[in-house]
This record gives sequence, structure tokens and C-alpha cells, in this order.
Amino acid sequence: MKFRGKVWKFGANIDTDGIIPARYLNTSDPNELAKHCMEDVDPDFPEKVKPGDIIVADRNFGCGSSREHAPLAIKAAGITCVIAKSFARIFYRNAFNTGLPIFESPELVDNVAQGEELEIDGTSGEIINLTRNKRFKANPIPPFMQELIACGGLMNYAQKKIKEGLTHE
Amino acid sequence: MGMTITEKILAAHAGKEKVKPGEIISARVDIALGNDVTAPIAIEEFRKAGGKKVFDRNKVILVPDHFTPNKDILSARQCQILRDFAKEQNLPYYFEQGEAGIEHALLPELGLVLPGDLVIGADSHTCTYGALGAFATGVGSTDLAYTMITGESWFRVPETIKFVYEGKLSPWVEGKDLILFTIGDIGVEGARYKAMEFTGEVIDNLPMSSRLTMANMAIEAGAKNGIFIPDKITKAYIDERKKREYTLYNSDPDADYIEVKRYDVSALEPQVAFPPLPSNVRPISKVGYIPIDQVVIGSCTNGRIEDLRTAARILKGRKVAPYIRLIIIPATPWTYRQALEEGLIQIFLDSKAVISPPTCGPCLGGHMGILAKGERAVATTNRNFVGRMGDPESEVYLANPAVAAASAILGRIGGPHEL
Repeated sequence: MKFRGKVWKFGANIDTDGIIPARYLNTSDPNELAKHCMEDVDPDFPEKVKPGDIIVADRNFGCGSSREHAPLAIKAAGITCVIAKSFARIFYRNAFNTGLPIFESPELVDNVAQGEELEIDGTSGEIINLTRNKRFKANPIPPFMQELIACGGLMNYAQKKIKEGLTHE
Repeated sequence: MGMTITEKILAAHAGKEKVKPGEIISARVDIALGNDVTAPIAIEEFRKAGGKKVFDRNKVILVPDHFTPNKDILSARQCQILRDFAKEQNLPYYFEQGEAGIEHALLPELGLVLPGDLVIGADSHTCTYGALGAFATGVGSTDLAYTMITGESWFRVPETIKFVYEGKLSPWVEGKDLILFTIGDIGVEGARYKAMEFTGEVIDNLPMSSRLTMANMAIEAGAKNGIFIPDKITKAYIDERKKREYTLYNSDPDADYIEVKRYDVSALEPQVAFPPLPSNVRPISKVGYIPIDQVVIGSCTNGRIEDLRTAARILKGRKVAPYIRLIIIPATPWTYRQALEEGLIQIFLDSKAVISPPTCGPCLGGHMGILAKGERAVATTNRNFVGRMGDPESEVYLANPAVAAASAILGRIGGPHEL
């Protein structure tokens, strides 16, 4: 799993209302949500973002509400992965559950600017800033989360449980 | 080494003698909750994974409360998905508009969450139920779907920060001020991934309504859960509502805390959180001159009967300032009826307030009180992020119900002592 793309850089405490304002939560259609992704932080973002781009943010990305619409909107906007110094806990869970790759790397965040190009190896956690020709390492993903990824997300893991006979039918 | 109340509840639901912070466990869930924003995605995921029946129809609760009464065609469809699923699964705890209120006010009021429970909800303010001595945390829709199928959820056992509040609270200072002050001290990620355990002599005497307000906003410090040790106040609240048995847990004297914060709150004033973060707090005496356009009294944070009583004490015999909108939202139908019977609704109408049906509504910028560009609101809600109540260039200031009501009279942010 490798990603290569251009960086959109954001600050600390980007909340889920910033990622997808609640006024648009009367639907959960990812393509509708993508039209408003990050618009209260950067009104032109939905217009400017290109498939394959990468979001880089400071601390506590995704704080606030539990809305899964946030990772859904980011994915549908064409963003391939998010790198931050840290993530808020519900967003962290939601990202893994919905298959949005996320990486924690405080060093990378301090060594990348908007518009620069990154290459990320999702398996090894190696991040290269191609513009500056510098290499960084993402924090390791906990073993349980790796197992979820290996299963193809939480619901595939659930399907496995159904097959094991835990459906209470 | 002993365990904290959070660790004990998680261990009991994971079928373990002991759990340690950092450990990942799979635990049995007592209540799984969803609303009209989050449940439609959960229901879709449930079906996609081949789910036929929920794990226990008495443990899945659906409350349409965010965009209700249906704001538009799209939100009507979201509510319809919940209703259809509730019929299909024969869920006893689906609450139709009219019985439904704001979920986190409704469930405690009906005795559906009890001490010792493990609750997950696809809503970040699910942490409210920690006030009852339960472990309760917000999750996403896919997590809810997983629990609806399996009856379980996975958790990383959190470290616990203990907060000790000492002294005696001044008049008009309540749970809202304690939690805003605390978030102001530790920041919006000060308790990220952690449990916040609220203790001390101030907490021992704190009424349940204030405890619910404090636990409710634990998420605003990034916490996984906020929790209170159940005591006689908890028992008095629960015993007149419970419909099943419950277990009281306590933290061991030798439990391990990652940090202990002590506050003497005797001199604490009402707090106001300036936009755009709940941690931007100032005491009311340091707010300065800030004219406003709207006041909202309601939400899962401060929409209970005690909050309306406080507002009524201030509004009685007074009028909302010219060109200011005061919107009051009783959080549940019971709260609404009680406010009516106590004469509070009369006081509100006399003061020129608008009374809204129970809904999350303006708190999340959904409907029923949206701000225009450049407008400013004082709200008893929980978040003041950019665009939270409307236009990205509008502003929300968070405060307790007394400050909110006083501000509506003054036309600017101010406290009851100025009236």
C-alpha cells in the first residue's frame, strides 16, 4: 500500500465540524459530503483538492463529534491518507473502521509545507518528503488495529464472527 | 495495585479479573445507542455485513433527535430509516418524536442507563452517562453496527486522570463552570484517550444535573469517558427510575492514576468559553463588552429541568433585550411538561423567549436557531467551533444557564449579578 501525492496542510485541533459541517449531515451520501469537505476551514478546499492528495495536520486532528461522515467526506474528496501529530480518539477509530489510512508522525508534520509532495509506504510506515528528499517514520500501528486492517476493516471482522456463529439468530 | 472504577467496569464486561491501561479488550455492551445522523450509516453497515437480527432488541436504543422535527426531506428520510429498522427489529426503545427528547437527557431520565453499565453510542456526548457511575463512550456508526451484530465492542483500556474539587461553590456557579474551568486548564486534548474521574467534596454535594453536565463535556477535553463514583445522590436518582438491577463500582484506594489534579474552586466565577474552542475560557468578570444576537438555553449539556429553573429565576419579571432572540429548548417531553406545570413556560413566554420542541437543533447548527454571518450567540451547549451554530463567520460563547439568561436580558454577555 503506497501513496504518493501533494500536501494540504492544516493546523492543530481541526474539529469534525471543520471537516464536515453538521448542517450537511442530513445525508450520509459520501459524494454529497465531499462537496463540503473542510469548507469552514478553507472555503475553496472542495474545489481545489485533487484525487491522490494528502492531508497533513498538527495535533488532535478530528476532535469533536463522532460523525463517521468526517472520514467518509475526506475519502470521497479523493484524499488518500491523513498524517497528523496526533488524532482525536473517535476519529482514530472511525478512520480504521472506514478504511481511511492515517499515520502519526510529529517529525514529518514539522518538516513539510503545503504543496510539497510525499510518498508513504503504508506497510512499513516510511514517509518520504520527495520535495525535500527527507525520510520519516510513522508511529507503529497497534497490533489489534493491524489485525482489523488485515481483515479488511471492522465489518469484515464482524462477518468473520457471524460465520463463527455469534449472530443470536 | 487496585483498579479505578473505569477499569473495574471494563474488566467485568470483558470477563476478566483485572485490566490494565493500554490493554485492548473486547467487552460486552449493555446499551448501544444511535440517532438520526449516525444510525442510518450503522444500519446500512449492519445489513452489508449480513446482519439479520440485533444481538438483543432490549439493548439497542434509537433516538431521532438531531434534525427533528424533520428539518427537510433529506432528514425526514434519515428518520424514516430509523423508524423502519425499529419496526423490523421490533425495538422497544425506539422513541418517536413526541416521546423522544435529546438522547443523553432522555436515557437517564427514563432509567435506561444504570450504574455499572457499559454504554456505547454513535454520538460523542454518550460520555454523559458517566455521571451515573457507568462507563459510557462515543463511537462511530461502524462501531455501532458491529455492536448491533455481536453485542460487543473493542476498547483500549484508558489511563485515568483524577480531578479533585475542593472548597464551596459560589452562587450561580455549577457543573458547567467546573467542567469549562477544567477544560480551560487542561486543554481540548488534555485528556485525549483517557478517563476523567471527578471527585472531591464539591462533587460529593453536586446534584445529578450538574454531574450530567460535567460528564457530558469530558469529550471536549478529548477524553474517552468521564465518570463519577456512584453515591447516595446517584442512588436517589436511580432508584426512582431503574427498571433492572445494577452494580455500584468504586475506585480502589490504591488505584493507579496517570495524574491527579486538585482545584480549590471556592473563588470560581461563572465561566465563559470564547470561540472557537471550549478551552478558551474566561471568568465572567474578565469577559468585557461583547454584544450578542441570540441566546440558546438547551442541549444535552444544559437542557434539563434544573437548567430551566435556573433560567426562569433570572427571567421572571424581565424582558429579553430589543433585537435579541432567546431560544429555550426543554431537552425532553417530560422536561417540557414539568416546565409547563411549574409555570416556567409562562415565565419564558412573558420574557419574550421562543420555546422550541425537544431537539438538538441549533447546538450543531442543524436548525431551529441558525446564526447569520457576523452574528454572535451565548449558548448553554457544548461546542463553539467555527460554524458550529451557522455561518462560519458567526460566533458561539459557551456558558451556564444563569449567564445565558442574564445575557439575553442585558443584550451582551453578562452575569446574574449585573441585573
